[in-house]
Amino acid sequence: MIPLNTMRARFNALATLVSALALVAGASVADAQSRDKDRKRDKDKDEAAEAPAYAAKREGVFPSTYKPYPNIATAIRGATIYDGKGGKIENGVVFMSGGKIVSVGGPDTAIPADIAVFDGTGKFVTPGIIDIHSHLGDYPSPGVEAHSDGNEATSPTTPEVWAEHSVWPQDPGFARALANGGITSLQILPGSANLMGGRSVTLKNVPARTTQGMKFPGAPYGFKMACGENPKRVYGARGRMPSTRMGNLAVNRERWLSAIDYANDQASEKGAKRDLGKETLAGVLKGEILVHNHCYRADEMALVMDMAKEMGYKVSAFHHAVEAYKIGDLLKENDVCSAIWADWYGFKMESYDGILENAAFLQREGACVVIHSDDANDIQRLNQEARKAQKAGQRLGIEISDATVIQWITYNAAKAMGIEEMTGSLEPGKMADVVLWNGDPLSVYSRPDRVWVDGALLFDANDPKRRPVSDFELGQPGEGDVK
Amino acid sequence: MKRLLPLAASAVALCAAAPALAQDMVITNARLVLGDGSAPIEGGAVIVDDGKVVFAGKPAPGQAFTTDVVIDAGGAWVTPGIFATVTSLGLADVSAVGESNDITASGSPFSAALDAAASINPTSQHILVHRAAGITRAATTTLPSGSIFAGQGAIIDLDGDAKAVMQARAFQMVDLGEGGGQRAGGSRVAAHVLLRAALREAQALVGKTGIPETTEIGKNDEVLLSRFDAEALVPVVTGTQKLYVAVERAADIRAVLALKGDYPKLDLVLVGASEGWLVAEAIAAAGVPVIANGLNDLPETFEQLGATQSNAGRLARAGVKVAINASAMQNPRRLQQVAGNLVALNRVPGATGMEWGKAFAAISSVPAEISGMGGKAGVLKPGALGDVVVWDGDPLEVGSVPTQVFIGGVKQSLESHQSGLRDRYRDLDESDLPKAYDW
Repeated sequence: MIPLNTMRARFNALATLVSALALVAGASVADAQSRDKDRKRDKDKDEAAEAPAYAAKREGVFPSTYKPYPNIATAIRGATIYDGKGGKIENGVVFMSGGKIVSVGGPDTAIPADIAVFDGTGKFVTPGIIDIHSHLGDYPSPGVEAHSDGNEATSPTTPEVWAEHSVWPQDPGFARALANGGITSLQILPGSANLMGGRSVTLKNVPARTTQGMKFPGAPYGFKMACGENPKRVYGARGRMPSTRMGNLAVNRERWLSAIDYANDQASEKGAKRDLGKETLAGVLKGEILVHNHCYRADEMALVMDMAKEMGYKVSAFHHAVEAYKIGDLLKENDVCSAIWADWYGFKMESYDGILENAAFLQREGACVVIHSDDANDIQRLNQEARKAQKAGQRLGIEISDATVIQWITYNAAKAMGIEEMTGSLEPGKMADVVLWNGDPLSVYSRPDRVWVDGALLFDANDPKRRPVSDFELGQPGEGDVK
Repeated sequence: MKRLLPLAASAVALCAAAPALAQDMVITNARLVLGDGSAPIEGGAVIVDDGKVVFAGKPAPGQAFTTDVVIDAGGAWVTPGIFATVTSLGLADVSAVGESNDITASGSPFSAALDAAASINPTSQHILVHRAAGITRAATTTLPSGSIFAGQGAIIDLDGDAKAVMQARAFQMVDLGEGGGQRAGGSRVAAHVLLRAALREAQALVGKTGIPETTEIGKNDEVLLSRFDAEALVPVVTGTQKLYVAVERAADIRAVLALKGDYPKLDLVLVGASEGWLVAEAIAAAGVPVIANGLNDLPETFEQLGATQSNAGRLARAGVKVAINASAMQNPRRLQQVAGNLVALNRVPGATGMEWGKAFAAISSVPAEISGMGGKAGVLKPGALGDVVVWDGDPLEVGSVPTQVFIGGVKQSLESHQSGLRDRYRDLDESDLPKAYDW
């Protein structure tokens, strides 16, 4: 056994080496100094507190370390632009600089001289596509048992787990989603075995060595819940509650009641003993954490919305809501988005009533539509899934513009994830998350030509080296292939 | 009522078709796709007589034909029915509802002997939904569960009548990849020994009559090969029944091709073949067709490390006969979308796609040929079955759907559980009565 002081000495030596290397590699000295200052301030605060002697940090844990990659001021001219909020500009101009959108407009939009200009003639520009429901990283490829980290299926409620602690940033699926699907932001959720599956994490689709390096700065956490067949099947089969849908609701309500007590205790002077699960639930009650509820059936969604009213929280979006079309009015009234597939149906009992017209019927009611993937392949084609849903409505005389359909996979997703002030549309001041498509983005024949994340060009179909290749793929057959 | 119709003239429908009977018909003014890999023909016509195609192409000036029904396509796309392979259409209502699912039977002692034809439900919702998506014929099969053999697949039509099965026991399928290895007891090595042992038992039964005498192969309580299975493999070993082999990895593909050395009569078809492009020349030289995964591009398993969307295109370029694998997508009605994506690859630098006509053939005539239905299904030419689909748009574009589907010359209903729900929920109005009365 190594004596403690020796170990500490070794650790310090290592730490010194690391910071020296970081400086050599070009990390700014100012950054390092400011970090030191932060540490000192935290330390002062800790010392100032009377008790307890030991305390874990409460806020800002596992912080994002993502920093936008270098960008050059870039304009795209002559393209058809969908702004993500239902607007369309023919022969438009998008100008981005400093990682932000600077201006979006018609052909006369002023752009500075001496900047990179792409001729977008015949091409289309959209905001970066956003997938509100992904398991990239927590169910990565290869999908071996050792990688199966999406469901902590050992208890029907696990609000204490955080999806970001399961995300493997080397999942090759991230790169496919970027290059083929133009995905620039995505929410990684825990699976649906549990009624309360845990916290989700929102990522920028940027390759990184750590998950923190992908975390979307400033994005609120989500909280995954699940209705219906999965929780009652998984736990019923083990002879424990819930084994029925009424059991599902009962277990949920018990947990919410105890979370309300906890939140009240927290607010009181005596405080409450820390509890990770209840902290997450309290975060939901406070409106800081957004609920993403896996729920197929219309009747169950209605029950969940009433449960939310009973307990004092709000559902941000129902996911896999194949029967949302039956209650579009109710969803509109409660301001809940429906995150849906275009054509999945019939694979399980609660998906039996899936129809192609789901999105169009929701749109008819003025309810919020988001097209999601839940799939490492479909995330590469959210644009195509959205088109299917649009066409199904069109056949019934429900006309939904292409620009609105793009909104389903950009701004609406961002809104349901709480990041709509930062991304999801092409507006001055927002993150320059931009896709240049080689044709109509709602056509099967179109693909991303270039993808920028915070103004940095991270995919270029014309440059074989400007595409991410994960650690896992190095030295494997097809390394760096177009895929 | 028959009448002589000058094809070049504008067509007028004479009477409403009686739905259950094959009527002679002419479809004119079509953007016609023959399904044989050729480019679409503007102003094309299809003539169906007694349920069979008698003409498809650009009509000659003055060409005329006697017919019952005339359909002016008004410039719409007209194609042969899509041929889906490999599927499990008609074998399950809801796959996650065990009792409704006849696709797998891990508790059964039988494997190769399983015969899908016995249990096809012609009015399965999946058949109705996929018919409305333009699929008119399919290869359908059980999947491996208790052993490496899937059982014997059937070729079916999707017209919903009592006789869904066109050809029973059309092919046997075996899994020799990771899945097969697991089912054989834990390794690919074991799967190959099991396959060879099974083929040897079958070889010994060739020409024999009466109750077969073979060695049952098992492990603990599990039967990996019963005598019934060995007997079912006789047509495989004699080459009268195709053997579909599910493999992904390049090395596994090479091992499958090598089987021909020991069993030269095997009529092999590769299924999946994600890494096929790495051994495309060898597959082409062996003359083995491939039912290829269309868009799989992830290293989902260690046998798919080289997966790329360019696989099908690269195989085709090497001279391999390539169909798109319907079992590698969410549901077979996505075949058109997958084929469209292969066309999209032509504009992606470094990728290999397919020309439009070839991509359509990969979901029509080519899978039909692989299924033993060459010249009959998936193609519009004299002598072919009258499977004709009229579309509301480019059939490979997402969101396009058929407006009319004919199978064997018979106009099909496009209704299903889904269309019933669609019609009921066109509005949410319950001011008079609950939705339950809206049907």
